[in-house]
Amino acid sequence: MANLKVNGTEVEVQSDSTTPLLWVLREELGLTGTKYGCGVAQCGACTVHIDGKAVRACVFPVNAVQPGQEVTTIEGLSENGDHPVQQAWAELDVPQCGYCQPGMIMASAALLNDKPKPTDADINTGITNICRCGTLQRVRKGVHRAAELAYNAGGETS
Amino acid sequence: MTNKLLDLSRRKFVIGSATGSAGLSLGFGLATRNSHAAHHADGAKTEVDAWVLIAPDDTVTIRIVRSEMGQGTLTGLAQMVADELDADWSKVTTEQPTPGQNVARDRVWGSFSTGGSQGIRASQQYVREGGATARALLIEAAANEWGVPASECTASESVITHKPSGRKTTYGKVAAKAAALPPPMDVKLKDPKDWKLIGAPVKRIDTTHDKITGKQIFGADVQLDGMLNAAVKACPVNGGKLVSYDQSKVSNMPGVRAVVKVDDTAVAVVAETWWQAKTALDALPITWDKGEHAKASSSEYEAIIDAGLTADEAFVGNEAGDAEKALAGASKTVEAVYGYPFQNHAPMEPMNATAVWTEDKCEVWCPTQNGEAALGACIAASGLDAANCDVHKINLGGGFGRRGNSDYVEQVVAIAKQLPGTPIKLLWSREEDMLHGMYHPYTKARVVGGLDDDGKLVGMHLRISGQSIIAGLFPQALRGGGDQLQFQGLNAPGQEHPISYTIPNLKVDHAMRNSHLRPGFWRGVNVNQNCVYMECFMDELAHAAGRDALEFREELMKDNQKALAVLKAAADGAGWGTKTKPGSGRGLAVFSAFGSFVAACAEVTVSNGELEIDRIVAATDPGYAVNPQQIEAQVEGSFVYGLSAMLYSECTFENGEIQETNFHNYQSLRLAKMPEVETIVMPSGGFWGGVGEPTISVAAPAVLNAIFNATGKRIRQLPIDGIDLSA
Repeated sequence: MANLKVNGTEVEVQSDSTTPLLWVLREELGLTGTKYGCGVAQCGACTVHIDGKAVRACVFPVNAVQPGQEVTTIEGLSENGDHPVQQAWAELDVPQCGYCQPGMIMASAALLNDKPKPTDADINTGITNICRCGTLQRVRKGVHRAAELAYNAGGETS
Repeated sequence: MTNKLLDLSRRKFVIGSATGSAGLSLGFGLATRNSHAAHHADGAKTEVDAWVLIAPDDTVTIRIVRSEMGQGTLTGLAQMVADELDADWSKVTTEQPTPGQNVARDRVWGSFSTGGSQGIRASQQYVREGGATARALLIEAAANEWGVPASECTASESVITHKPSGRKTTYGKVAAKAAALPPPMDVKLKDPKDWKLIGAPVKRIDTTHDKITGKQIFGADVQLDGMLNAAVKACPVNGGKLVSYDQSKVSNMPGVRAVVKVDDTAVAVVAETWWQAKTALDALPITWDKGEHAKASSSEYEAIIDAGLTADEAFVGNEAGDAEKALAGASKTVEAVYGYPFQNHAPMEPMNATAVWTEDKCEVWCPTQNGEAALGACIAASGLDAANCDVHKINLGGGFGRRGNSDYVEQVVAIAKQLPGTPIKLLWSREEDMLHGMYHPYTKARVVGGLDDDGKLVGMHLRISGQSIIAGLFPQALRGGGDQLQFQGLNAPGQEHPISYTIPNLKVDHAMRNSHLRPGFWRGVNVNQNCVYMECFMDELAHAAGRDALEFREELMKDNQKALAVLKAAADGAGWGTKTKPGSGRGLAVFSAFGSFVAACAEVTVSNGELEIDRIVAATDPGYAVNPQQIEAQVEGSFVYGLSAMLYSECTFENGEIQETNFHNYQSLRLAKMPEVETIVMPSGGFWGGVGEPTISVAAPAVLNAIFNATGKRIRQLPIDGIDLSA
């Protein structure tokens, strides 16, 4: 059985090795924050991080996670729900139904890992998740706000 | 049902875990959890009246029965109760009674149905009375304790003050005594000028924390002890049947526990995990009888709709003067045909429900827009008495009208009934969701308008042809064979969904042409296409008359000042009348929908045939605006839904089967195409309008009119993606 490092904890995975990471997270590890929306890597509701990069877990077989790689889900993004993206999301009241939001937040956090001061164009290409409630405008504002919050926090400590 | 299971279902869901922190338990009662308010000990709350419970620590629990699916109704309803209650908002939390409890208490909470943008407007009176009644009881209890007249006491922020003496107490301290008092015969509601929470742009009370940390439990996340997972396939052609399946091919696959016939049309695989169930279902050989619609195609159906556009017989929805005569005598006539295809709701969370069935009880946990209808489905499918059935509503991962139907509840109960005592969670794949929707019907419209020598509109005939939702869902509600709901936004003045304009000679009629697909209420329902038909045509008329599109409309809106006000606000906000940059153009649309007045002005740029929607200014007059920032969120979201339909989405069928199976061929608007939306909330007071749906109507026509303004090209058939805009 494969070992997986999820949110900082090593776990032994029992699921069939070709099972998509999404279903291992949800059904074996009980991490239901990561959502199923399409199963074909279109909607992004299943977005998690592998070594800080956004991955669509619904089409990512669990055996494709390499030894030593770190899987982060929405539950592990921050200890107290206070990652800059989460802070910005709370401040701007971004979610509506909330189902796509773990994916949106993980995609946004990954974008900020890559581009700490993203432009609108960076957001357009970096976040392609679907939200049917239509939170997109606030998602854009949220990403910019999160960049500010992260910059300010960095400024204080440096 | 065992006590253990009952106890589990009532108190918590257990999330099984192999991470070492095994048996992680989430406290999750019937009540909606939210972390907005301090948690309080269960059982310590006192029910002051049906809507308000108060704990000794002054936590106020407000009961909400309309479903929260993202539209913010939970927060808005709580604001209304809390305002009349004069409660401390920071200590307000909510819970959702079950439909079974509603039945047991003689429907004390009224309708659970959540659709038609009615959450606020249809329940505002009795929920405000619920808050006001509790307030009166609490004050009376305090006054009794002090031996003073209640009229000398006031309440604010959950604190009661005896004005002459300055004595104070809190709601929590007198709640038990208040609950024992007889309720007042009538209570006076606040004058709107005294509202503190109604009208305040407070944050949603269901967002903080759970929705941004992944902790919010949706139906798809429900986990019960000993639960198995089911994946289902119904006959891909609506009206067809399940003939046979060969379970021997999959029964040895990992985790598979059962293969069951759900009903005449569907088969399900039950397994330890959903992924195992789905994998086995995909491998299951199934024979279908595709039935009488096995050859049905969209092109064939479209020809039927086209014929309806000029058919002799049609049901008249709105008529004034003599349109035929006026058109015959007009100095200039304009004619156009528009089309708005089938749409799927496609909420992000696919259909799902969880059920436990035993010989003497059936319980369901599900996201639903209509708890009582879900309960009805549970009763019917379980074969048990109503008193032994109940439904626990779970917050919805989107609804948009789809979850007003309970087909997935019937399915899960039918499966659970074959595995007595075992909790079954049924989750549809996205493909199942796309193939078995309750579709926004396909309609087309042929509109003919007549202008006189001065460019004034003298007559109009707007003929709609296509499928009726009411004929599919509630045929008993048809009147004289006609569907009056078809005319939303085109009705005579004074009705719900009135027409925006006074047109001297007008005929609006509908030739019903139904397909084999199941129709449904899709966010916005019939205002979506009717606004395209009316507002794009208004633009065509203004152009033919050589007049400004705003001024042309204004002349016809003298009797409809509220609609005109939102139209002007949107136009002014977008700089209507000022010059646009080369390649750009602006377009307008206005509509009356779900009790509100909405308008939009879109600005687009077309360069090298590529459409860029630069900016949209949208105005809404909902009468009273309970939460302006949530109205803004609904308006912003309405453009995503409405523009997705305009740009990309269309459900078609070949050999009776829907061809669009997932988001790769049923696209939805993404950030790259999301325009900047500026929302003007302009409540004029005196009425209660809805906000979840109205603005969808103006999204497409405002943009289509802007495209014409920019390019001179009329687009009359949705979706528009792939149409060459450069020519």
